[in-house]
Amino acid sequence: MNQIRLQIDGKTVYATEGMTLVAAAQTAGIDIPTLCHHEQLEPYGGCRICTVEVDLRGWTRLVAACVYPVAPDLVVRTRSAKIDKTRKMILELLLAHAPDAWELQALAKEYGADRDRFEQEASFCIHCGLCVRYCDEVIKKNAVGFVDRGTRREISFIPEIAAKECWNCKACFPLCPTSALQAAYVLCQALNAPPPPSLPPE
Amino acid sequence: MARINSPEELEQFRKELLSTRDPSTPCISVCAGAGCLASGAAEVIAAFRTELETQGLTARVQIKGTGCPGFCERGPVVVIYPEEICYLQVKPEDVPEIISQTIKEKKVVERLLYVEPSTGEKTTYESDIPFYKHQKRHIIGSNIKIDPKTIDDYLFIGGYSALAKVLFGMTPEAVLEEVKKSNLRGRGGGGFPAGRKWEGSRDAPEEIKYVIVNADEGDPGAFMDRALLEGNPHSILEGLIIGAYAIGSHEGYVYVRQEYPLAVENITLAIERAEAYGFLGKDILGSGFDFTVMVHQGAGAFVCGESTALMTALEGRPGEPRPKYIRSNVKGLWDRPSVLNNVETWANVPLIINRGADWFTQFGTEGSKGTKIFSLVGKIANTGLVEVPMGITLRDIIHKIGGGIPGGKKFKAVQTGGPSGGCIPESLLDLEVGFDELSKVGSMMGSGGMIVMDEDTCMVDVARYFLNFLTDESCGKCVPCREGMRQMLKVLTNITQGKGKAGDIELLQELSEVAKDASLCALGQSAPNPFLSTLQYFRDEYEAHIQERRCPALSCKELISFYIDPLKCTACMICLRQCPSDAIIGGKRQVHVVVQEKCTKCGTCFDACPSRFGAVMKLSGEPVPPPIPEEDRMIARESKQK
Amino acid sequence: MENGRVDQIIDKHHCEASSLIQVLLEIQSENHWLPTAALKRISERLQVPLTRIQHIATFYKAFSLVPKGRHEIHLCMGTACHVRGAPRLLDTIQDLIGIKPGETDLDLKFSLETVNCLGCCALGPVMEVDGKAHGKMGPAMTADVLKKL
Repeated sequence: MNQIRLQIDGKTVYATEGMTLVAAAQTAGIDIPTLCHHEQLEPYGGCRICTVEVDLRGWTRLVAACVYPVAPDLVVRTRSAKIDKTRKMILELLLAHAPDAWELQALAKEYGADRDRFEQEASFCIHCGLCVRYCDEVIKKNAVGFVDRGTRREISFIPEIAAKECWNCKACFPLCPTSALQAAYVLCQALNAPPPPSLPPE
Repeated sequence: MARINSPEELEQFRKELLSTRDPSTPCISVCAGAGCLASGAAEVIAAFRTELETQGLTARVQIKGTGCPGFCERGPVVVIYPEEICYLQVKPEDVPEIISQTIKEKKVVERLLYVEPSTGEKTTYESDIPFYKHQKRHIIGSNIKIDPKTIDDYLFIGGYSALAKVLFGMTPEAVLEEVKKSNLRGRGGGGFPAGRKWEGSRDAPEEIKYVIVNADEGDPGAFMDRALLEGNPHSILEGLIIGAYAIGSHEGYVYVRQEYPLAVENITLAIERAEAYGFLGKDILGSGFDFTVMVHQGAGAFVCGESTALMTALEGRPGEPRPKYIRSNVKGLWDRPSVLNNVETWANVPLIINRGADWFTQFGTEGSKGTKIFSLVGKIANTGLVEVPMGITLRDIIHKIGGGIPGGKKFKAVQTGGPSGGCIPESLLDLEVGFDELSKVGSMMGSGGMIVMDEDTCMVDVARYFLNFLTDESCGKCVPCREGMRQMLKVLTNITQGKGKAGDIELLQELSEVAKDASLCALGQSAPNPFLSTLQYFRDEYEAHIQERRCPALSCKELISFYIDPLKCTACMICLRQCPSDAIIGGKRQVHVVVQEKCTKCGTCFDACPSRFGAVMKLSGEPVPPPIPEEDRMIARESKQK
Repeated sequence: MENGRVDQIIDKHHCEASSLIQVLLEIQSENHWLPTAALKRISERLQVPLTRIQHIATFYKAFSLVPKGRHEIHLCMGTACHVRGAPRLLDTIQDLIGIKPGETDLDLKFSLETVNCLGCCALGPVMEVDGKAHGKMGPAMTADVLKKL
C-alpha cells in the first residue's frame, strides 16, 4: 500500500493513502481532541474541535483533522496559540448548551474555557450527530434524525419506529455526550403514548 | 421541425430565417421578465395584440414578449424596431397611441421617452439612454431581441454557431485552452478561474463526469441570473454543451431555485426545443457527441448555492456542504468529477468561442477580464441590471449609470457580494471594480449584487440583518457557524436595541475569527464579513449605539423617538388622523404632541407631515423635550401666514 | 392526497431516490402541504429512510408539514427590499391579518411567510400573493391588495 510520509508536531509519521489526520496522528500516539468522531462511523466534521494547522505548498491553513486526508510532505501542528484559541471558543459555545457534560468539562479544563461565557441556552443538544449517524450507519433503523436547519436544528425521533425498535436497543444512549438524546427519547414516548382511559363522569 | 444534422444544415436554416425576416418590418418588443411582469407587462402585451388585431395589422407588425434588458425601475419597457425607439413605464392605455403614432406614422410619443432627472433632457433611442450608454452589454444586450419561449430568435442572432465551431473545428483541448486564455473567472462568487476548474475535471481519470449550472442565486438583491435564464436560456445551454465537450461529460444539470418559476419554465422549454432541433441528445449536429441535461429545482435554501451543498441537494439530500479538501471538480456529484459554474459564467462561453479569447481579454483589468452584470438596487435612482467592463469605478456605476441617490439623500455605502460581502464607503468609490480589488477592501464581488444605502440606513442594523439572514440559512451542521452566529446575532440585536455593553465589539470580533477559521464551508467562513466591514468603516456607529444609546441614522426603533417641533407644527391634523396607535394628541389649531408611551415608532407621522412643514423629527441619544404647556399649544389665527 | 396520486408523481420521476426533492416539490405544489401519509409512502417506494425525508421537509423552506391557507403571502425580506422598508410592510400585514410569518390564520384563508429574495429586487419592497408579484408596495397599497382577496 502507498506509504505517505508527513510530519505531525515534529514527529515523522508514515500513513496509508486515504487516512485522515486523526487516524494518522493516533498511530504516532498523538491525541487530537474530537467530539463528533467515532471509529464505527463515517467522519463527520461537525464539531470542528479537531481543528489543526497544516502547511502545504507554502500555504498554512486550518482544517478539520477528522476529515482531512494525509498528503506527502504535509506539516501538521495539533497545538498552537491559534488552535487553542479556536478550541476554547468552540468549547465555550457548546458549554452554553451543556455545561455539565463530562467530556466538555474535561476539555474545558485543558483549554481554559469558561462555562459561563455565554448565557445558558435552552437545548442541551450539541449536534455531534452521533445518535443519528449510529442509528443510520450501524443499527440501520433510522429511528432518530435531524430536523430543520441553522440555529433551529434539532434531533427528533420518528415515533412509530422508536416505539418498535428503541426500547430493546438504546445503543445510542451511551454515545450522547449530554443528556439531550435521552430527553428527546423520553419526550417522544410521552407525546406518543396512548391516551389515558377517560375518567368516569363525576 | 426537422432535426438539424450538420453545421451546414444549421447555416442553411439560419440563412432561411434571415431571409424570411424583413429587417424593416416593425417589431414591438415588450420585456416579459419577472420584474416587468410584476409591473403589468402581460397586460401591455395583451393590449398590443388586441389593438393590432383590431387595426388589421397582425400580419405586418410583430409583437413579442422578450427577455429582461435590465432597466427594471422604468418597466414595463418597450422597444420598437427597426428604429430602436425605447418607451418606458408603458401602460395598456398608451398602446393605441403607440400604434397610431409610432408604428403607423413613424412619430415619437414624447411622454413615454426617458427623461434625464437633472436636465429634463429626453432620449429617443435605446442605446442613447444614459443607463444603457455607459454599459457594455455583451451578454444581456441580446435579451430584448429574444422571445425566450422560442429557439428561432436565438438562431437568428447567431446562436449555436459557437457550438458548431467547437464540435467540428476544435478539439476539447483547444476549447479548454481558449477558455483558459480568456482568464474567465467564475461569476457566481468565488471568482475561481473557469479554465482551471475545467482542466481539473478533464484530467480526472473517471469515465462519467458532470457539468452543472448553478442557478440557485440566493444572494438577496441579486437577480442577474434570473434575467439571463429567463431571458436567454439557450445561451446558457450552448455554453454548457461546449463545456461538457471540453471536459468529456455527457450529462448535465441545471439547478434552479424554485422561487423563479418563470426561469424554470423557460429553461425547460429551451431544453425541449434544443432537443427537437438536435442541439441536445445523441449525435449533436452529427458530430458523434452525446449530451443530455435535466432541470432540478431548489426548495428554498440559500446554502444550496454553495457548490458542494448544491451537489448534495442534486443527490436528493438536505443541502449540507461537504469539506472541499478534495475539490469537487475531482470528486463532486456522486463522487464523480463535476464542473459547477454560475449561469453568467456559462453565458460567457459562447461569446469567448465566437469572438476569441484575445477579443475577450481586451475588456476588464489584469486580474478580472470581461464584463460583469451587477444588480444595482436599493437607494438608487435607476435600479436594474447593469453590465459593465471590469475596471469601471463604483462611482461611475452609481452616478453615471445609476443616476445617484434619490430624494436628495446622501450616499453612505454600497454593499457588494451579498451576505458574504461587505459595505464600501464613500471614500472608496473610486475603486475599480474587480474580484481582487473588492476583496482587498474587505468586501467581495460575490454574484454581483450592489445594494446602495443612504444616510437613513443604520450600518449596525445592516450587520444584524445579515447575521439574522445567515442564522436562518445556515445548515446548522458545524459549531463555529451555527453557535457562533447564534451568539453574534444576540449581541448585535442587543446593540440595536440599546442594550449593548463594553466588550461587545471585542466579543463579536472573537466570534468572527473562529467562524472564519474553523467553519466547514464558505457560508460560515464569510458570515462575519458584513459585521467586520461595517465595523471597519463605520465604527463610530457601533460606538454610538453602545456608549450613547444613539442611532446616528435615526433608524433603530428602540433608540429613536418621534417628536413634533411645536414651532413648526401647524396643527393640520394629518399625522393625528393617520397615527395607528392614537398616540398623537392635539386638535385644530392646537399644536400636536406625540405621547411617547403610546408611540410604536411606526414612522407614519414622519412620512405624513407635509414637507413644507417638516414638523415631525426623529431624535436619538437625547431626551425627548417635554411637551410645552397646554396653554401655549393654541395657535392664534393672526400669527399664521397665508 | 391519496396514495394513488403520490404513486403517480413518484413514477413520473422514475422512482429514483435522487428525485426525492422534486417529488416533494410537486406534492407541495399540488396539495399545498405534505401529509405524513404521503411521506411514509415515499419512504416505502423510494427506499429512503423517513428521517431523511423528515429532514428535507423541514430543512427546505418550500415545504410545509401543516396545511396552508388558500392565499399564500410571501413577503420578500431580501437586502434591497429591507433597505426600502420591508420591515414596515411586515408590520402592516401582521396587523391586517393577525398572523406572524410561518403562521396560517384560523380560517385557513391566509398563510404568511417571509422569503429571502424573490429576485425582483429593482422593485422593492415586493410582496407575492398566490404566485403573483406586486412591486413597489407601501402600507396603503398592501392593505388594498389584501382586502380584495
